[in-house]
Amino acid sequence: MYPILAKTKLNNQVEEMIVHAPYVARRCEPGQFIILRVDDKGERIPLTIAEYDRARETVTIIYQIVGYTTQKLSEKQAGDTLADFVGPLGRPTELHAHQRVIGIGGGVGAAPLYPQLKKLSEMGVSVDLILGARSKDLIILEEKFSKFCKNIYVTTDDGSYGTKGLVTNKLKELVEKGAKYDEVIAIGPLIMMKFVSLLTKPWNLKTSVSLNPVMVDGTGMCGGCRVTVGGQTKFVCVDGPDFDGHQVDYDELMRRQGMYKTEEAHICKLQLGAA
Amino acid sequence: MAPNMSPKKVPIPEQKPEERVKNFNEVALGYTPEQAKEEAARCLQCKMRPCVEGCPVGVKIPEFIKKVAEGDMGGASRILSSDNCLPAICGRVCPQETQCEILCLRGKKGEPVAIGRLERFVGDYAMENLQEQPPAVERNGIKVAVVGGGPAGLTCAGELARLGYGVTIFEALHALGGVLMYGIPEFRLPKALVGKEIAAALKLGVKIEKNVVVGRSVTVDELFQEGFKAVFIGCGAGLPSFMKIEGENLNGVYSANEFLTRSNLMTAYDFPNSPTPLKIGQRVAVVGGGNVAMDAARTAKRLGAREVYIVYRRGEKELPARLEEVHHAKEEGIIFKLLCNPVKILGKDGWVTGMECVEMELGEPDESGRRRPVVKKGSNFTIELETVVIAIGQSPNPLIRQTTPGLETQKWGGIIVDEATMKTSKENVYAGGDIVTGAATVILAMGAGKTAARAIHESLRKKAAAVA
Repeated sequence: MYPILAKTKLNNQVEEMIVHAPYVARRCEPGQFIILRVDDKGERIPLTIAEYDRARETVTIIYQIVGYTTQKLSEKQAGDTLADFVGPLGRPTELHAHQRVIGIGGGVGAAPLYPQLKKLSEMGVSVDLILGARSKDLIILEEKFSKFCKNIYVTTDDGSYGTKGLVTNKLKELVEKGAKYDEVIAIGPLIMMKFVSLLTKPWNLKTSVSLNPVMVDGTGMCGGCRVTVGGQTKFVCVDGPDFDGHQVDYDELMRRQGMYKTEEAHICKLQLGAA
Repeated sequence: MAPNMSPKKVPIPEQKPEERVKNFNEVALGYTPEQAKEEAARCLQCKMRPCVEGCPVGVKIPEFIKKVAEGDMGGASRILSSDNCLPAICGRVCPQETQCEILCLRGKKGEPVAIGRLERFVGDYAMENLQEQPPAVERNGIKVAVVGGGPAGLTCAGELARLGYGVTIFEALHALGGVLMYGIPEFRLPKALVGKEIAAALKLGVKIEKNVVVGRSVTVDELFQEGFKAVFIGCGAGLPSFMKIEGENLNGVYSANEFLTRSNLMTAYDFPNSPTPLKIGQRVAVVGGGNVAMDAARTAKRLGAREVYIVYRRGEKELPARLEEVHHAKEEGIIFKLLCNPVKILGKDGWVTGMECVEMELGEPDESGRRRPVVKKGSNFTIELETVVIAIGQSPNPLIRQTTPGLETQKWGGIIVDEATMKTSKENVYAGGDIVTGAATVILAMGAGKTAARAIHESLRKKAAAVA
């Protein structure tokens, strides 16, 4: 059993949980993820690691309440336990000692981006950031990022905070104004990563993305997380989760993400009474 | 007592095919004590004991059967469990027809003694009726790590615990059992039974660390730093193979591993009571001809598919699955498309709609000794489907190989061992089961676990003696 030490609501859809998980905390690196089961009958779901504390042996996860299992997770409070919490899974991000990097965090994608940018900054890289969301209340971690990011640009779909528009508009504007980046690290909804990659490809600007597909075991055994990268089938759990954004077949992955939509709606309605 | 000279095995009661395709309950129901005694009396208690030679863990078969014939089930269980810590499981899933039973003298004129059914009977009987306490063993304080809680690891751990070692099993999933839990379906091997038999086998106080992926959560070298004196790697076969044909990433295409793991370990057959879903179409094709393919096909039928096909590129004789499994599959209405090979999975809007196949014919024997299937030109045809399950094998998981310097592996990724001891190229590291052999049987993995346990004991004892 894995004790929940703290739980904070970041907004009405997103929560942060600090879990005591010694094996994960001792070895995890930016880019890696965990799989958890809320209770004994639960489904296995992958979540990215936002922070870790080796000394206290804790791992911080940030998740958006999107379906049955995340709703169940959200019902747990500090002092409760999670049935299973396995990791660290996936390969750590390959972080390069570049001059200057820009991170793009879309919605809850800011969470896995945080440890990557923090580490880059510790390596002496100059880090800029674009945070994007539908509206102001869905922007997370801005204050934490501000501790080490040189410039932070916020975009919202409805213009309730920062610039009205998409993260891609902001990136385009920055680059056209002459900002020189060695790499873009984009983490967020698939559609966002797709359009960031489409934008940066003609510029030949290295773009790294982190994928979070449907998964069962997370160790390479099931193959449910397969994705086409550069024309080849890869397993996100053992080959990723980070890939060259220019090589990923996003359309295929978006279709695969929707595989269990009907079942998800069904169980939410049946077990949670959601409309 | 005069032997029972009937040329046939005492039949084992089974659920009728038309009933069982509607449930996940066990197909074979097991012998009653009377039926077991009657079957046990067919054993001639011959001097040569050829059956024992065929058993990878060397169960004293005639001896335990004699006890069953005498009605001494406790005695039978003690003999059986001294060599096999998972008898109820092995009685169900061992390929007895190619191991012990094939060597039985009675098989020369009629059917061999039903060793598997008797083993299952004794295993079940012990679980329900006997409360055997394990003998007290003096703990020697020496720590051994076992990586993987499947058949190989469980056997190795059980043996070492009996010898007094402090054993810890590191399991990547949230449940012990490996393929017994995620792979073999409930209707062939009930999970409650697996859990109970494993608990009994580990009664001697084996420590279990679930949710630890060796190679990610901790490395083999770190285990030594933590004070383990030897490490046994039994992490299983690993990554599912795909055919590398067009359409394999369409929605509705599963690896057999994923399909069976969702249904077995995650109990997707009980959705929405269990939150893990599994998509099943009206028409399902399972590609492959082994036991895993049969399990997937029969699972699909139980999940409500109307038509289920086995698509296999060789002929009936070449099917690698056990005869019993093929027989059960046919009884349940699985349609066998033999000498048939997929070339393309067809789809619309991202979902499977069918599979294009070609007919095959058998040519000259290949390296495996089996006749090589050759494509019949122009024989392309299409089957309409909603679900495809690929059951064509798997390759070893690279996680341990990549993170354990000094561990030598085959070109295909399997760990290289000395077969007499299961010792690897790395000091104090042993390995066994599918990670060494490639996908094989439960009992072979158990045999490897047992061999390794003895070799570990031998080696550590020598070292202890040298120090003293």
